[in-house]
Amino acid sequence: MSRPDRGPSILRFAAPQNFYPLAGRLAPWFAGAAALLTLAGLWLSFFVAPTDATQGEVYRVIFIHVPAAWMSMFVYLVMAFWSAVGLVMNTRLSFLMSQALAPTGAMFCVVALWTGALWGKPTWGTYWVWDARLTSQALLLFLYLGFIALTRAIEDPRRADRAGAIIALVGAVNVPVIYFSVKWWNTLHQGASVSLTKAPSMATTMLAGMLVMAVAAWAYTLAVVLWRVRSMILERERHTEWVGAELMREALRQGGRA
Amino acid sequence: MLSAFFAVLRRDLLLAWRGRADVLVTLAFFVIVVCLFPFGVGAEANLLRTIAPGVLWVAALLACLLSLHRLFAQDHADGTLEQLLLSSEPAVLWVTAKVLAFWLTTGLPVVVVAPVLGMLLDLEQGAYPALVISLVLGTPILALLGAVGAALTLGLRGGGMLLALLVLPLFVPVLIFGAGAVEAELSGTGATAHLLLLGGGLAGALALAPWACVAALRVSTE
Repeated sequence: MSRPDRGPSILRFAAPQNFYPLAGRLAPWFAGAAALLTLAGLWLSFFVAPTDATQGEVYRVIFIHVPAAWMSMFVYLVMAFWSAVGLVMNTRLSFLMSQALAPTGAMFCVVALWTGALWGKPTWGTYWVWDARLTSQALLLFLYLGFIALTRAIEDPRRADRAGAIIALVGAVNVPVIYFSVKWWNTLHQGASVSLTKAPSMATTMLAGMLVMAVAAWAYTLAVVLWRVRSMILERERHTEWVGAELMREALRQGGRA
Repeated sequence: MLSAFFAVLRRDLLLAWRGRADVLVTLAFFVIVVCLFPFGVGAEANLLRTIAPGVLWVAALLACLLSLHRLFAQDHADGTLEQLLLSSEPAVLWVTAKVLAFWLTTGLPVVVVAPVLGMLLDLEQGAYPALVISLVLGTPILALLGAVGAALTLGLRGGGMLLALLVLPLFVPVLIFGAGAVEAELSGTGATAHLLLLGGGLAGALALAPWACVAALRVSTE
């Protein structure tokens, strides 16, 4: 056990009091990057990318939809990763990371489902079909909600951390099972009514718009999660000296500016 | 080592026998939920026959879900659980014994009653073996997965709803293959593929879920 503020190792940032200022310094940069990339991505998607030959203008919702769907799945993986790290290494910060990620992942799930419904109405004629992808996305949302509800329902933070980590890992093990069972169920029942996989080859500008938006979603997630982790650290460590000193410094800075 | 397994199994079965009203309540719930469907969707025999596999499976799943809180709650309240966790016996063993006892007292009665309810819904004759086998293979998976959720929500306010939110998404594959087995039998493709997948799921759950359950119990009781 080394003292948290000693040693050049990157692992010293596993200590909340070292990570707190680092997160504070990094978050605005990611937020700025997210804002710039979103502007660039939206400009590409609305003004540069050509109108789709078969779907018309409606297809443009994919510039939000696809990055959101990617992020919603990726965030769950990252969450499970931090949960595993927390359980193995017994680091408080890892649990905080996974809990800070959950609301953003759930939000991207909702955005993906919502934009998918808005796209589905004009294209398929219905807001919802029991397609394998839609159904597993909805189940992923339930997994997020279960994780959030469990960690919020437990008052003892230590227990909340570990219980959340266990359910995140159980969920991660089950995600492939759920995905393939839903896929099989769907193909058995109604045949391939709609397939997103055999999309016509995309124009380069379309792809570029989508990728820029995806990177923007990454930057946004990083910024929001770092900020959320910061406030969670303050809440958890509010009885420690360093938080008292930190808040005092913050108050002085605010006072000096006013 | 196995003596601990059988001791816990015997104890839980004896406790269930002493409080057998609980088991009957679970069964009554199962029967009533199935009987609600004709009132909801209409008593037309063709329609009931079509939805019978799904209805029976969803009702069995809900009956299992609603009795899950009983799995550890009593032992948690009177301190038995802590003593068991402190004992030198491997925790995975007695957790498996508890889950097995739970399945014998809730899953098995449901399996026995399901064919009778199948008659109420006019399920075709040929589908009964598939129904029973799929329930025999599927309900233990529900019990094993549910045990993890029950261990995590031990002693929490509003634990019941939380437990449902936690485990229902995990139950979906079991429901798909369980009801799918019966439907495949009805449509003539044969239930073998579904039943094999359920069996594989049971083997996987049996290998992994008790460990997760023990970890969850340790988290919840420390």
